[in-house]
Amino acid sequence: MPAEIEVIDLHKSFGSNHVLRGVNLRVEQGTTTVILGGSGSGKSVLMKHMIGLLRPDSGQVLIEGEDITRLKGRELDRVRRKFGMVFQMAALFDSMTVLENVAFPLREHRKDLSEEQIREIVAEKLALVDLHGVEDKYPAELSGGMRKRVGLARAVVLDPKIVLYDEPTTGLDPITTASVDQMIIDAKNALGVTSVVISHDIGSAFKVADQLAFLYKGEIVAAGPPEAVRQSEHPHVRQFLQMWFGRN
Amino acid sequence: MLGDLGGVTLLGLETLYLAVRPPYRFANLLAACEAVGVGSLFVVVLTGFFTGAVFAMQSASAFRLFDAESLVGATVAISLTRELAPALTGLMVTGRAGSAIATELGSMRVTEQIDALATMAVDPRHYLLVPRVLAGLLTAPILCMVFNVIGLVGSYLVAVKLQGISEAQFWSRIESWLDVADVFGGLIKAAIFGLMLTTIACYKGYNATGGAKGVGEATTEAVVLSSVLILVADYFLTALMIPWWD
Repeated sequence: MPAEIEVIDLHKSFGSNHVLRGVNLRVEQGTTTVILGGSGSGKSVLMKHMIGLLRPDSGQVLIEGEDITRLKGRELDRVRRKFGMVFQMAALFDSMTVLENVAFPLREHRKDLSEEQIREIVAEKLALVDLHGVEDKYPAELSGGMRKRVGLARAVVLDPKIVLYDEPTTGLDPITTASVDQMIIDAKNALGVTSVVISHDIGSAFKVADQLAFLYKGEIVAAGPPEAVRQSEHPHVRQFLQMWFGRN
Repeated sequence: MLGDLGGVTLLGLETLYLAVRPPYRFANLLAACEAVGVGSLFVVVLTGFFTGAVFAMQSASAFRLFDAESLVGATVAISLTRELAPALTGLMVTGRAGSAIATELGSMRVTEQIDALATMAVDPRHYLLVPRVLAGLLTAPILCMVFNVIGLVGSYLVAVKLQGISEAQFWSRIESWLDVADVFGGLIKAAIFGLMLTTIACYKGYNATGGAKGVGEATTEAVVLSSVLILVADYFLTALMIPWWD
Protein backbone atom coordinates (compact mmCIF):
# COMPACT_ATOMS: atom_id res chain seq x y z
CA MET A 1 0.00 0.00 0.00
CA PRO A 2 1.50 3.36 -0.97
CA ALA A 3 2.12 6.01 1.67
CA GLU A 4 -0.27 8.96 1.73
CA ILE A 5 2.69 11.24 0.99
CA GLU A 6 6.15 10.13 -0.10
CA VAL A 7 8.97 12.56 -0.82
CA ILE A 8 11.88 11.03 -2.71
CA ASP A 9 15.32 12.65 -3.07
CA LEU A 10 13.90 16.18 -3.36
CA HIS A 11 16.26 18.99 -4.38
CA LYS A 12 15.40 22.66 -4.69
CA SER A 13 17.60 25.72 -5.14
CA PHE A 14 16.78 29.40 -5.30
CA GLY A 15 19.69 30.92 -7.21
CA SER A 16 22.84 29.83 -5.40
CA ASN A 17 20.89 28.88 -2.25
CA HIS A 18 20.51 25.09 -2.23
CA VAL A 19 17.53 24.83 0.16
CA LEU A 20 16.52 21.17 -0.14
CA ARG A 21 19.38 18.69 -0.57
CA GLY A 22 17.83 15.31 -1.17
CA VAL A 23 14.89 15.12 1.24
CA ASN A 24 13.31 11.70 1.75
CA LEU A 25 10.14 11.38 3.84
CA ARG A 26 7.23 8.97 4.12
CA VAL A 27 3.91 9.98 5.72
CA GLU A 28 1.46 7.18 6.45
CA GLN A 29 -2.29 7.51 6.17
CA GLY A 30 -4.13 8.81 9.24
CA THR A 31 -0.98 9.87 11.10
CA THR A 32 0.37 13.24 12.18
CA THR A 33 3.91 14.00 11.07
CA VAL A 34 5.68 17.04 12.45
CA ILE A 35 8.64 18.41 10.50
CA LEU A 36 10.90 20.20 12.96
CA GLY A 37 13.76 22.49 12.11
CA GLY A 38 15.24 25.90 12.71
CA SER A 39 14.48 29.02 10.73
CA GLY A 40 15.74 28.75 7.17
CA SER A 41 16.05 24.96 7.29
CA GLY A 42 13.66 24.55 4.34
CA LYS A 43 10.49 23.45 6.16
CA SER A 44 8.11 25.79 4.32
CA VAL A 45 9.76 25.02 1.00
CA LEU A 46 9.28 21.29 1.64
CA MET A 47 5.62 21.78 2.52
CA LYS A 48 4.99 23.92 -0.57
CA HIS A 49 6.35 21.04 -2.69
CA MET A 50 3.89 18.64 -1.07
CA ILE A 51 0.94 20.61 -2.45
CA GLY A 52 2.55 21.63 -5.74
CA LEU A 53 3.05 25.32 -4.97
CA LEU A 54 6.72 24.87 -5.89
CA ARG A 55 8.35 22.61 -8.45
CA PRO A 56 11.53 20.77 -7.46
CA ASP A 57 14.80 20.87 -9.40
CA SER A 58 14.80 17.07 -9.09
CA GLY A 59 13.11 14.34 -7.09
CA GLN A 60 9.52 13.22 -6.64
CA VAL A 61 6.52 13.97 -4.44
CA LEU A 62 4.05 11.09 -4.51
CA ILE A 63 0.52 11.66 -3.24
CA GLU A 64 -1.18 8.26 -2.88
CA GLY A 65 1.42 6.97 -5.33
CA GLU A 66 0.92 9.72 -7.94
CA ASP A 67 3.90 11.97 -8.72
CA ILE A 68 2.58 15.54 -8.57
CA THR A 69 5.81 17.17 -9.72
CA ARG A 70 4.81 16.33 -13.30
CA LEU A 71 1.24 17.62 -13.00
CA LYS A 72 -0.07 21.06 -13.82
CA GLY A 73 -3.33 22.89 -14.39
CA ARG A 74 -6.48 20.89 -13.79
CA GLU A 75 -4.60 17.64 -13.13
CA LEU A 76 -2.75 19.33 -10.27
CA ASP A 77 -6.00 20.87 -9.01
CA ARG A 78 -7.54 17.38 -8.92
CA VAL A 79 -4.80 16.24 -6.52
CA ARG A 80 -4.97 19.48 -4.53
CA ARG A 81 -8.59 18.75 -3.72
CA LYS A 82 -7.29 15.98 -1.47
CA PHE A 83 -5.60 18.68 0.64
CA GLY A 84 -6.49 21.38 3.07
CA MET A 85 -3.82 23.82 4.18
CA VAL A 86 -3.63 26.01 7.27
CA PHE A 87 -1.26 28.91 6.71
CA GLN A 88 1.03 30.49 9.29
CA MET A 89 -0.91 33.77 9.26
CA ALA A 90 -4.15 31.97 8.31
CA ALA A 91 -4.23 33.61 4.82
CA LEU A 92 -7.93 34.35 5.15
CA PHE A 93 -9.38 36.52 2.38
CA ASP A 94 -9.61 39.86 4.14
CA SER A 95 -12.33 41.17 1.85
CA MET A 96 -14.64 38.31 2.87
CA THR A 97 -16.47 37.49 6.11
CA VAL A 98 -15.73 34.33 8.09
CA LEU A 99 -18.77 32.68 6.49
CA GLU A 100 -17.60 33.59 2.98
CA ASN A 101 -14.07 32.41 3.74
CA VAL A 102 -15.11 29.00 5.02
CA ALA A 103 -17.78 28.65 2.34
CA PHE A 104 -15.33 29.59 -0.44
CA PRO A 105 -14.12 26.04 -1.31
CA LEU A 106 -17.72 24.77 -1.20
CA ARG A 107 -18.95 27.49 -3.55
CA GLU A 108 -16.09 26.75 -5.94
CA HIS A 109 -16.27 22.97 -5.96
CA ARG A 110 -19.72 21.94 -4.71
CA LYS A 111 -22.13 23.64 -7.07
CA ASP A 112 -24.74 21.02 -6.12
CA LEU A 113 -25.16 22.49 -2.62
CA SER A 114 -27.85 25.03 -1.81
CA GLU A 115 -27.04 28.19 0.13
CA GLU A 116 -28.77 26.72 3.17
CA GLN A 117 -26.68 23.54 3.00
CA ILE A 118 -23.52 25.62 2.66
CA ARG A 119 -24.43 27.61 5.78
CA GLU A 120 -25.07 24.38 7.69
CA ILE A 121 -21.71 22.88 6.70
CA VAL A 122 -19.90 26.12 7.58
CA ALA A 123 -21.57 26.25 11.00
CA GLU A 124 -20.64 22.58 11.57
CA LYS A 125 -16.98 23.15 10.67
CA LEU A 126 -16.78 26.30 12.78
CA ALA A 127 -18.25 24.36 15.71
CA LEU A 128 -15.54 21.74 15.18
CA VAL A 129 -12.93 24.40 15.94
CA ASP A 130 -15.05 25.78 18.78
CA LEU A 131 -16.13 28.98 17.06
CA HIS A 132 -19.73 30.17 17.28
CA GLY A 133 -21.46 33.33 16.09
CA VAL A 134 -18.50 34.72 14.16
CA GLU A 135 -19.86 34.08 10.66
CA ASP A 136 -20.44 37.73 9.86
CA LYS A 137 -17.15 39.04 11.24
CA TYR A 138 -14.22 39.99 9.01
CA PRO A 139 -10.74 38.47 9.62
CA ALA A 140 -9.45 41.83 10.88
CA GLU A 141 -11.98 41.63 13.73
CA LEU A 142 -10.62 38.28 14.98
CA SER A 143 -7.69 37.43 17.25
CA GLY A 144 -4.69 35.50 15.88
CA GLY A 145 -5.89 32.24 17.44
CA MET A 146 -9.41 32.69 16.08
CA ARG A 147 -8.06 33.39 12.60
CA LYS A 148 -6.09 30.13 12.73
CA ARG A 149 -9.24 28.28 13.75
CA VAL A 150 -11.16 29.80 10.87
CA GLY A 151 -8.23 28.82 8.64
CA LEU A 152 -8.56 25.22 9.84
CA ALA A 153 -12.35 25.25 9.35
CA ARG A 154 -11.78 26.44 5.78
CA ALA A 155 -9.06 23.82 5.24
CA VAL A 156 -11.30 20.92 6.28
CA VAL A 157 -14.59 22.15 4.81
CA LEU A 158 -14.27 19.83 1.78
CA ASP A 159 -13.35 16.89 4.06
CA PRO A 160 -9.80 16.53 2.69
CA LYS A 161 -7.68 13.42 3.21
CA ILE A 162 -4.58 15.46 4.09
CA VAL A 163 -4.22 18.66 6.11
CA LEU A 164 -0.98 20.67 6.02
CA TYR A 165 -0.23 23.06 8.89
CA ASP A 166 2.38 25.77 8.32
CA GLU A 167 3.80 26.82 11.71
CA PRO A 168 0.38 26.74 13.40
CA THR A 169 1.56 27.92 16.85
CA THR A 170 4.09 30.58 15.88
CA GLY A 171 3.43 33.87 17.62
CA LEU A 172 0.65 32.55 19.84
CA ASP A 173 0.44 32.75 23.64
CA PRO A 174 0.74 29.46 25.60
CA ILE A 175 -3.01 29.05 26.15
CA THR A 176 -3.85 29.63 22.50
CA THR A 177 -0.94 27.35 21.53
CA ALA A 178 -2.42 24.55 23.66
CA SER A 179 -5.85 25.04 22.04
CA VAL A 180 -4.34 24.95 18.54
CA ASP A 181 -2.49 21.73 19.47
CA GLN A 182 -5.76 20.25 20.66
CA MET A 183 -7.43 21.43 17.45
CA ILE A 184 -4.85 19.47 15.39
CA ILE A 185 -5.37 16.35 17.53
CA ASP A 186 -9.16 16.70 17.33
CA ALA A 187 -9.07 17.16 13.55
CA LYS A 188 -7.12 13.93 13.22
CA ASN A 189 -9.34 12.00 15.60
CA ALA A 190 -12.67 13.40 14.39
CA LEU A 191 -11.98 13.47 10.67
CA GLY A 192 -9.32 10.76 10.34
CA VAL A 193 -7.11 13.02 8.25
CA THR A 194 -3.41 12.65 7.57
CA SER A 195 -1.68 15.70 9.02
CA VAL A 196 1.69 17.26 8.25
CA VAL A 197 2.77 20.05 10.57
CA ILE A 198 5.87 22.17 10.13
CA SER A 199 7.05 23.83 13.28
CA HIS A 200 9.96 24.87 15.41
CA ASP A 201 7.80 24.62 18.52
CA ILE A 202 9.22 21.49 20.19
CA GLY A 203 6.57 21.31 22.92
CA SER A 204 3.72 21.31 20.43
CA ALA A 205 5.57 18.91 18.14
CA PHE A 206 5.95 16.24 20.86
CA LYS A 207 2.31 16.73 21.86
CA VAL A 208 0.70 16.19 18.45
CA ALA A 209 3.17 14.02 16.49
CA ASP A 210 2.97 10.33 15.65
CA GLN A 211 6.14 10.81 13.66
CA LEU A 212 8.82 13.51 13.89
CA ALA A 213 11.19 14.46 11.10
CA PHE A 214 14.06 16.82 11.78
CA LEU A 215 15.13 18.98 8.86
CA TYR A 216 18.62 20.46 9.00
CA LYS A 217 20.35 22.26 6.14
CA GLY A 218 17.92 20.85 3.60
CA GLU A 219 18.12 17.20 4.72
CA ILE A 220 16.08 15.02 7.08
CA VAL A 221 18.71 14.10 9.67
CA ALA A 222 16.40 12.26 12.08
CA ALA A 223 12.96 10.74 11.64
CA GLY A 224 10.68 8.38 13.52
CA PRO A 225 8.45 8.26 16.59
CA PRO A 226 9.01 11.23 18.93
CA GLU A 227 10.86 9.22 21.57
CA ALA A 228 13.23 7.79 18.95
CA VAL A 229 14.04 11.27 17.60
CA ARG A 230 14.60 12.44 21.16
CA GLN A 231 17.37 9.81 21.46
CA SER A 232 19.01 10.96 18.19
CA GLU A 233 22.78 11.26 18.24
CA HIS A 234 22.85 13.99 15.58
CA PRO A 235 24.59 16.96 17.25
CA HIS A 236 22.21 19.62 15.87
CA VAL A 237 19.12 17.61 16.83
CA ARG A 238 20.54 17.12 20.32
CA GLN A 239 21.33 20.83 20.62
CA PHE A 240 17.88 21.82 19.31
CA LEU A 241 16.00 19.48 21.64
CA GLN A 242 18.27 20.36 24.57
CA MET A 243 16.90 23.91 24.38
CA TRP A 244 13.49 22.51 25.29
CA PHE A 245 14.12 19.39 27.35
CA GLY A 246 17.02 21.02 29.16
CA ARG A 247 14.66 23.48 30.75
CA ASN A 248 11.59 21.21 31.05
CA MET B 1 12.25 46.96 -18.29
CA LEU B 2 12.57 44.47 -21.18
CA GLY B 3 12.01 41.59 -18.76
CA ASP B 4 8.90 43.36 -17.51
CA LEU B 5 7.62 43.82 -21.06
CA GLY B 6 8.08 40.11 -21.78
CA GLY B 7 6.42 39.13 -18.51
CA VAL B 8 3.50 41.53 -19.01
CA THR B 9 2.95 40.30 -22.58
CA LEU B 10 2.95 36.65 -21.52
CA LEU B 11 0.62 37.34 -18.60
CA GLY B 12 -1.72 39.32 -20.86
CA LEU B 13 -1.92 36.50 -23.42
CA GLU B 14 -2.32 33.88 -20.69
CA THR B 15 -5.10 35.90 -19.06
CA LEU B 16 -6.99 36.37 -22.33
CA TYR B 17 -6.68 32.62 -22.96
CA LEU B 18 -8.00 31.85 -19.46
CA ALA B 19 -10.85 34.35 -19.97
CA VAL B 20 -12.50 32.10 -22.54
CA ARG B 21 -12.21 28.99 -20.34
CA PRO B 22 -14.85 28.11 -17.74
CA PRO B 23 -15.81 28.69 -15.01
CA TYR B 24 -17.13 32.15 -15.95
CA ARG B 25 -17.26 34.36 -12.88
CA PHE B 26 -19.62 37.17 -13.88
CA ALA B 27 -19.99 38.43 -10.31
CA ASN B 28 -16.21 38.90 -10.07
CA LEU B 29 -16.19 40.65 -13.44
CA LEU B 30 -18.95 43.04 -12.36
CA ALA B 31 -17.15 43.76 -9.08
CA ALA B 32 -13.92 44.47 -11.00
CA CYS B 33 -15.79 46.73 -13.47
CA GLU B 34 -17.24 48.63 -10.53
CA ALA B 35 -13.80 49.03 -8.92
CA VAL B 36 -12.07 50.09 -12.14
CA GLY B 37 -14.89 51.91 -13.94
CA VAL B 38 -17.14 53.41 -11.30
CA GLY B 39 -14.16 53.95 -9.00
CA SER B 40 -12.39 56.03 -11.64
CA LEU B 41 -15.47 57.95 -12.83
CA PHE B 42 -15.18 60.99 -10.59
CA VAL B 43 -11.52 61.64 -11.34
CA VAL B 44 -12.18 61.17 -15.08
CA VAL B 45 -15.08 63.64 -14.98
CA LEU B 46 -12.96 66.23 -13.16
CA THR B 47 -9.99 65.75 -15.48
CA GLY B 48 -12.18 65.81 -18.57
CA PHE B 49 -13.96 69.00 -17.60
CA PHE B 50 -10.83 71.00 -16.85
CA THR B 51 -8.90 69.59 -19.82
CA GLY B 52 -11.67 70.72 -22.18
CA ALA B 53 -11.95 74.05 -20.37
CA VAL B 54 -8.26 74.93 -20.39
CA PHE B 55 -7.80 73.74 -23.96
CA ALA B 56 -10.69 75.96 -25.09
CA MET B 57 -9.20 78.91 -23.24
CA GLN B 58 -5.76 78.43 -24.82
CA SER B 59 -7.02 77.80 -28.33
CA ALA B 60 -9.46 80.74 -28.16
CA SER B 61 -6.65 83.10 -27.26
CA ALA B 62 -4.44 81.69 -30.05
CA PHE B 63 -7.17 81.62 -32.73
CA ARG B 64 -8.22 85.17 -31.83
CA LEU B 65 -4.87 86.40 -33.21
CA PHE B 66 -5.98 85.60 -36.73
CA ASP B 67 -9.74 85.89 -36.24
CA ALA B 68 -10.49 82.17 -36.31
CA GLU B 69 -12.24 81.66 -32.94
CA SER B 70 -14.97 79.65 -34.67
CA LEU B 71 -12.47 76.77 -34.93
CA VAL B 72 -12.14 76.38 -31.18
CA GLY B 73 -14.94 73.82 -30.83
CA ALA B 74 -13.73 71.59 -33.65
CA THR B 75 -10.09 71.81 -32.55
CA VAL B 76 -10.93 70.85 -28.99
CA ALA B 77 -13.30 68.08 -30.10
CA ILE B 78 -10.79 66.45 -32.45
CA SER B 79 -7.93 66.74 -29.96
CA LEU B 80 -10.06 65.34 -27.18
CA THR B 81 -11.47 62.38 -29.06
CA ARG B 82 -8.25 61.35 -30.83
CA GLU B 83 -5.64 62.02 -28.16
CA LEU B 84 -6.44 63.70 -24.89
CA ALA B 85 -9.40 61.62 -23.77
CA PRO B 86 -7.85 58.16 -24.33
CA ALA B 87 -4.39 59.12 -23.03
CA LEU B 88 -5.57 61.08 -19.99
CA THR B 89 -8.24 58.50 -19.19
CA GLY B 90 -5.51 55.84 -19.30
CA LEU B 91 -3.30 57.86 -16.98
CA MET B 92 -6.13 58.65 -14.55
CA VAL B 93 -7.32 55.04 -14.41
CA THR B 94 -3.71 53.98 -13.85
CA GLY B 95 -3.46 56.32 -10.88
CA ARG B 96 -6.82 55.40 -9.45
CA ALA B 97 -7.44 51.73 -10.32
CA GLY B 98 -4.07 50.41 -11.55
CA SER B 99 -2.40 51.35 -8.27
CA ALA B 100 -5.28 49.80 -6.30
CA ILE B 101 -5.04 46.54 -8.25
CA ALA B 102 -1.26 46.31 -7.77
CA THR B 103 -1.60 47.03 -4.04
CA GLU B 104 -4.46 44.60 -3.49
CA LEU B 105 -2.81 41.73 -5.37
CA GLY B 106 0.58 42.50 -3.81
CA SER B 107 -0.96 42.37 -0.32
CA MET B 108 -2.69 39.11 -1.20
CA ARG B 109 0.63 37.68 -2.42
CA VAL B 110 2.68 38.58 0.66
CA THR B 111 -0.05 37.41 3.06
CA GLU B 112 -0.26 34.08 1.17
CA GLN B 113 -3.88 34.60 0.12
CA ILE B 114 -2.88 33.82 -3.49
CA ASP B 115 -1.17 30.60 -2.36
CA ALA B 116 -4.31 29.80 -0.36
CA LEU B 117 -6.40 30.06 -3.52
CA ALA B 118 -4.05 27.65 -5.30
CA THR B 119 -4.17 25.15 -2.43
CA MET B 120 -7.98 25.20 -2.70
CA ALA B 121 -7.64 24.05 -6.32
CA VAL B 122 -8.70 27.46 -7.65
CA ASP B 123 -6.44 28.96 -10.33
CA PRO B 124 -5.49 32.37 -8.86
CA ARG B 125 -4.86 33.80 -12.33
CA HIS B 126 -8.34 32.77 -13.44
CA TYR B 127 -9.99 33.99 -10.24
CA LEU B 128 -8.07 37.23 -9.67
CA LEU B 129 -6.49 38.39 -12.92
CA VAL B 130 -9.09 37.60 -15.58
CA PRO B 131 -11.85 39.86 -14.14
CA ARG B 132 -9.45 42.74 -13.50
CA VAL B 133 -7.85 42.65 -16.94
CA LEU B 134 -11.25 42.37 -18.65
CA ALA B 135 -12.56 45.24 -16.51
CA GLY B 136 -9.79 47.48 -17.87
CA LEU B 137 -10.58 46.46 -21.43
CA LEU B 138 -14.32 47.04 -21.01
CA THR B 139 -14.53 50.13 -18.83
CA ALA B 140 -11.73 52.30 -20.24
CA PRO B 141 -13.61 53.04 -23.52
CA ILE B 142 -16.73 53.97 -21.51
CA LEU B 143 -14.69 56.28 -19.31
CA CYS B 144 -13.05 57.71 -22.43
CA MET B 145 -16.49 58.51 -23.86
CA VAL B 146 -17.42 60.20 -20.58
CA PHE B 147 -14.18 62.19 -20.83
CA ASN B 148 -15.12 63.26 -24.38
CA VAL B 149 -18.57 64.47 -23.38
CA ILE B 150 -17.52 66.24 -20.19
CA GLY B 151 -14.50 67.74 -21.96
CA LEU B 152 -16.78 69.19 -24.62
CA VAL B 153 -19.05 70.59 -21.91
CA GLY B 154 -16.01 72.26 -20.29
CA SER B 155 -14.82 73.68 -23.58
CA TYR B 156 -18.34 74.88 -24.45
CA LEU B 157 -18.70 76.74 -21.16
CA VAL B 158 -15.32 78.46 -21.55
CA ALA B 159 -15.51 79.17 -25.30
CA VAL B 160 -19.18 80.16 -25.56
CA LYS B 161 -20.15 81.43 -22.11
CA LEU B 162 -16.86 83.02 -21.03
CA GLN B 163 -15.05 83.92 -24.26
CA GLY B 164 -18.19 84.93 -26.18
CA ILE B 165 -17.66 82.68 -29.20
CA SER B 166 -20.82 82.12 -31.22
CA GLU B 167 -22.70 79.05 -30.00
CA ALA B 168 -23.88 78.21 -33.51
CA GLN B 169 -20.37 78.37 -34.93
CA PHE B 170 -18.99 76.32 -32.01
CA TRP B 171 -21.36 73.42 -32.66
CA SER B 172 -21.55 73.65 -36.47
CA ARG B 173 -17.76 73.44 -36.81
CA ILE B 174 -17.70 70.40 -34.55
CA GLU B 175 -20.45 68.81 -36.63
CA SER B 176 -18.67 69.39 -39.92
CA TRP B 177 -15.10 68.57 -38.80
CA LEU B 178 -15.50 65.80 -36.24
CA ASP B 179 -15.81 62.35 -37.78
CA VAL B 180 -17.07 59.08 -36.27
CA ALA B 181 -13.62 57.65 -36.98
CA ASP B 182 -12.08 60.23 -34.60
CA VAL B 183 -14.29 59.07 -31.76
CA PHE B 184 -14.01 55.38 -32.63
CA GLY B 185 -10.21 55.53 -32.98
CA GLY B 186 -9.97 57.17 -29.54
CA LEU B 187 -12.15 54.47 -28.00
CA ILE B 188 -9.95 51.74 -29.53
CA LYS B 189 -6.92 53.45 -28.02
CA ALA B 190 -8.66 53.64 -24.63
CA ALA B 191 -9.51 49.92 -24.75
CA ILE B 192 -5.86 49.10 -25.50
CA PHE B 193 -4.65 51.39 -22.70
CA GLY B 194 -7.18 49.83 -20.32
CA LEU B 195 -5.95 46.36 -21.19
CA MET B 196 -2.32 47.46 -20.81
CA LEU B 197 -2.69 49.20 -17.48
CA THR B 198 -4.67 46.44 -15.76
CA THR B 199 -2.31 43.77 -17.12
CA ILE B 200 0.73 45.69 -15.87
CA ALA B 201 -0.91 46.27 -12.47
CA CYS B 202 -1.81 42.57 -12.23
CA TYR B 203 1.71 41.53 -13.25
CA LYS B 204 3.40 43.76 -10.71
CA GLY B 205 1.00 42.97 -7.87
CA TYR B 206 0.84 39.23 -8.57
CA ASN B 207 4.65 38.96 -8.53
CA ALA B 208 5.23 41.22 -5.51
CA THR B 209 7.68 39.95 -2.90
CA GLY B 210 9.09 41.06 0.41
CA GLY B 211 6.28 42.37 2.60
CA ALA B 212 4.93 45.91 2.84
CA LYS B 213 8.01 47.41 1.17
CA GLY B 214 7.66 45.03 -1.77
CA VAL B 215 3.97 45.89 -2.15
CA GLY B 216 4.83 49.60 -2.20
CA GLU B 217 7.51 49.04 -4.82
CA ALA B 218 5.17 46.94 -6.94
CA THR B 219 2.56 49.69 -6.87
CA THR B 220 5.05 52.40 -7.81
CA GLU B 221 6.50 50.30 -10.61
CA ALA B 222 3.01 49.50 -11.93
CA VAL B 223 2.03 53.17 -12.08
CA VAL B 224 5.31 54.33 -13.62
CA LEU B 225 5.49 51.51 -16.19
CA SER B 226 1.83 51.91 -17.17
CA SER B 227 2.08 55.69 -17.52
CA VAL B 228 5.21 55.55 -19.67
CA LEU B 229 3.92 52.72 -21.85
CA ILE B 230 0.56 54.42 -22.39
CA LEU B 231 2.32 57.52 -23.75
CA VAL B 232 4.71 55.44 -25.89
CA ALA B 233 1.86 53.29 -27.22
CA ASP B 234 -0.19 56.42 -27.90
CA TYR B 235 2.47 57.65 -30.32
CA PHE B 236 2.53 54.41 -32.28
CA LEU B 237 -1.25 54.00 -32.29
CA THR B 238 -1.62 57.56 -33.58
CA ALA B 239 0.92 56.84 -36.31
CA LEU B 240 -1.16 53.79 -37.31
CA MET B 241 -4.47 55.64 -37.20
CA ILE B 242 -3.49 58.90 -38.95
CA PRO B 243 -4.10 57.48 -42.46
CA TRP B 244 -7.54 56.28 -41.33
CA TRP B 245 -8.40 59.64 -39.74
CA ASP B 246 -7.14 61.69 -42.67
